[in-house]
Amino acid sequence: MKASLTVLGVVAALAGAAACRTSGAAAAPPIIQPGAPGEGSRTVQAEQARDLSKVQFTPADVKFMQGMIHHHAQAVDMTDLLATRTSSDDMKKLALRIQVSQNDEMKMMRRWLAARGQEVPGEHAHHMPGAPMMPGMLTPEEMARLAEAKGPEFDRLFLEGMIKHHAGALTMVQELFATPGAGQDSEIYAFASDVDADQRMEIDRMSAMLAALKERQK
Amino acid sequence: MKRAAATFLAMSAVALALTIQGQAQDKPAPAASNDPRVGLKPGFRDAGHAARNMELVSTMPKPNGFFDPKQPAGLPTPPRTTAAPAPPPPPTAGATSTPPAATSAAAQGLNFSNSDMAFRKADMFLGNFNGFNTYDIESPKKPRLLASVVCPGGQGDMSVYGNLLFMSVEQTRGRIDCGTQGVTDTVSKERFRGVRIFDITDISKPKQIAAIQSCRGSHTHTLIVDPDDKANIYVYGSGTGAVRSGDELEGCSGRGPQEDPNTALFSIDVIKVPLAAPEKAAIVNRPRIFADPASGAIAGLWQGGNHGEGTQSSRITNQCHDITVFPEVGLAAGACAGNGILMDISDPVHPVRLDQVVDKNFAYWHSATFNNDGTKVIFTDEWGGGTQPRCRATDPPTWGGDAVFDIVDKKLKFGGYYKLPAPQTDMENCVAHNGSIIPVPGRDIMVQAWYQGGVSVFDFTDSTKPIEIAFFDRGPIDEKNLITGGYWSTYWYNGRIYGSEISRGVDIFRLLPSEFLSQNEIDAASSVRLDTFNAQMQPKVNWPPTAAVARAYVDQLTRSHALDAARAAAVKTALDKTDKDKAPRAAIDQLDELAKTIEQEAGAASGRDASRLHALAATLKGRAARLRS
Repeated sequence: MKASLTVLGVVAALAGAAACRTSGAAAAPPIIQPGAPGEGSRTVQAEQARDLSKVQFTPADVKFMQGMIHHHAQAVDMTDLLATRTSSDDMKKLALRIQVSQNDEMKMMRRWLAARGQEVPGEHAHHMPGAPMMPGMLTPEEMARLAEAKGPEFDRLFLEGMIKHHAGALTMVQELFATPGAGQDSEIYAFASDVDADQRMEIDRMSAMLAALKERQK
Repeated sequence: MKRAAATFLAMSAVALALTIQGQAQDKPAPAASNDPRVGLKPGFRDAGHAARNMELVSTMPKPNGFFDPKQPAGLPTPPRTTAAPAPPPPPTAGATSTPPAATSAAAQGLNFSNSDMAFRKADMFLGNFNGFNTYDIESPKKPRLLASVVCPGGQGDMSVYGNLLFMSVEQTRGRIDCGTQGVTDTVSKERFRGVRIFDITDISKPKQIAAIQSCRGSHTHTLIVDPDDKANIYVYGSGTGAVRSGDELEGCSGRGPQEDPNTALFSIDVIKVPLAAPEKAAIVNRPRIFADPASGAIAGLWQGGNHGEGTQSSRITNQCHDITVFPEVGLAAGACAGNGILMDISDPVHPVRLDQVVDKNFAYWHSATFNNDGTKVIFTDEWGGGTQPRCRATDPPTWGGDAVFDIVDKKLKFGGYYKLPAPQTDMENCVAHNGSIIPVPGRDIMVQAWYQGGVSVFDFTDSTKPIEIAFFDRGPIDEKNLITGGYWSTYWYNGRIYGSEISRGVDIFRLLPSEFLSQNEIDAASSVRLDTFNAQMQPKVNWPPTAAVARAYVDQLTRSHALDAARAAAVKTALDKTDKDKAPRAAIDQLDELAKTIEQEAGAASGRDASRLHALAATLKGRAARLRS
């Protein structure tokens, strides 16, 4: 045992010597943290370099994800109405896209919450008494009116409602980024940025559809 | 990487469903069950691997400070539940609490991802969401860490020019002072989103000398050298994130173009960097490169949405994800969300759009790579944003891959598609990502990263029929969870292929000869030595008249039966005889004679054979002239 340790020691020494010859340094270099432009750079330890304790997800991030699940669930409810109430193929396509997209985003949000050990709203939580009204969500009265409408009247109410609904998502993103410390976790940053971009795009498209609809109804 | 835009995925899913329902054109690729990439053992450090016509030379894990020791591979994401139906909703659901995944909450998905690379002499700069690392790659078998720099903000796209190192920052956690503590205030002078410039004169201790703030931050950036302007270099900053408040940075507005004609959307940032005083770098223009020339509307290109039944939904063109410039030909190719665009950059501050294309199979135009002549450009589609599995046997081969375009009279003309031909699992994020040209004279060859799909080397000399010639792949990082990982970029640099692996570190490869690529062709590509390489600023390679280059052409002409065996043998003999230090005069004369004969033959040939014969003749002539001098 002792002998083999010696051998190992020699091998290690040789390896170290070889490394020195080829590289000039055997140990990992120190970690440098530059300062602001014009300021000097300093050396930090690995623990400091990987310290994410200040950019963890925050309660506001969790609230955003939970609230957005409620928010999205209503969009899916709205699109569920559409199959029996519209006669427009364009509307059906639009609804299918919204439905699948919102469902997919909800899955992502549930995964995000679950992976962080946070409470995940259930699939019907938004129907429950006391469920939060997120920005842009339709009131129960507005939902009832939509459910009663048919044909072009439904299409108009749906588009107006969904534009308002999506605009609410933009508000939620704005509020998230307007909350101190929120939106800094890489994933939530990327997700919220994408929600912003995507919902803007859909609002644009729905606005065009709504304008065309109103033109036809003139 | 652009994170999976869930909406976008979803639209893709809709369109995919439609495709399947409608029995549309693009059937999924048949699962190549005999491909060695199928069924590889999962594992972080001990995954199974498969390689063909290339081999791993060395591999290095990420250094300390750039991973969470409790969760070195990253944060697992529970698998998607598409196969197994979701459990029925509880009848009286208020809220269900899911038990936390077996992971430390500190392990944060992408916060330590490796990203893009840049090269200068024997130095490789590897970006990371948490900073960057510099490696000495003088010996590819024994690469060595030279410096670790912590400076968070993602994604950490890097470029290098002399002693200036550039880095992209987009996240709200980015700080002017490179701190890891983020920025708590929503409007803060401490926040940094934009392009940082470091002085790397002392490579072991980089200093930040400039930090150019921009409204959307910098997701990627591109250096541009203007051949007519030696005093400055330019940077195109491509921002894809949310626009920050005008209170934080004056003039920033994220409103639509109707509401605010000065919106930060629908533009790129042009930064001018005075080489004599790089600390004075500043944004000098935000050109409206998507404008409709007729109406002047700044939102003049793709408006978002699909292209008809069964087609992909492409994102609205209000940003470029990445721009690749080719200063020697005065062109830039922009991969800009819903469009691929071609620009004239002879005046880099005022790029002029020459052409634009859409593609019904593209979800998100992500990056661009020219061939060496500047006569073709490959655009990639990052369907699913890079965090999703998009190379499964059920995914269409025309989605999430590459589209090859010929550049004809400064217009883009579609050639064909290329996608990683080996199906990947549900646990492997996979889609087309960053790559570069392998400078084999006479051919167009690219090496490309496919995240956990591995590395794929393919030939697109015939733009309508790209074909794979080499690959390397590992099994998924985890058997049961999709953990974002795999190759962000794979670039050819001075004879080796460098792979930036998101969670595993750095891999270095070399190509092996095969029926698709001869040793002479590899030698000819390896003979090209660059002082600097930034993948988004493509250099034009001019091959020196060496024996290796001549032999590469001979191999190609033999393969296409454009050179008879006797002539090929004569050329080889002449090259062999002149390989020595003191070439015999008769052998040098023989090179000249052969050059003349082959030049004549070129006149009778056509297409690629003709250009290769011309090139061979010129190489032999050049070689003879060199030997005489």
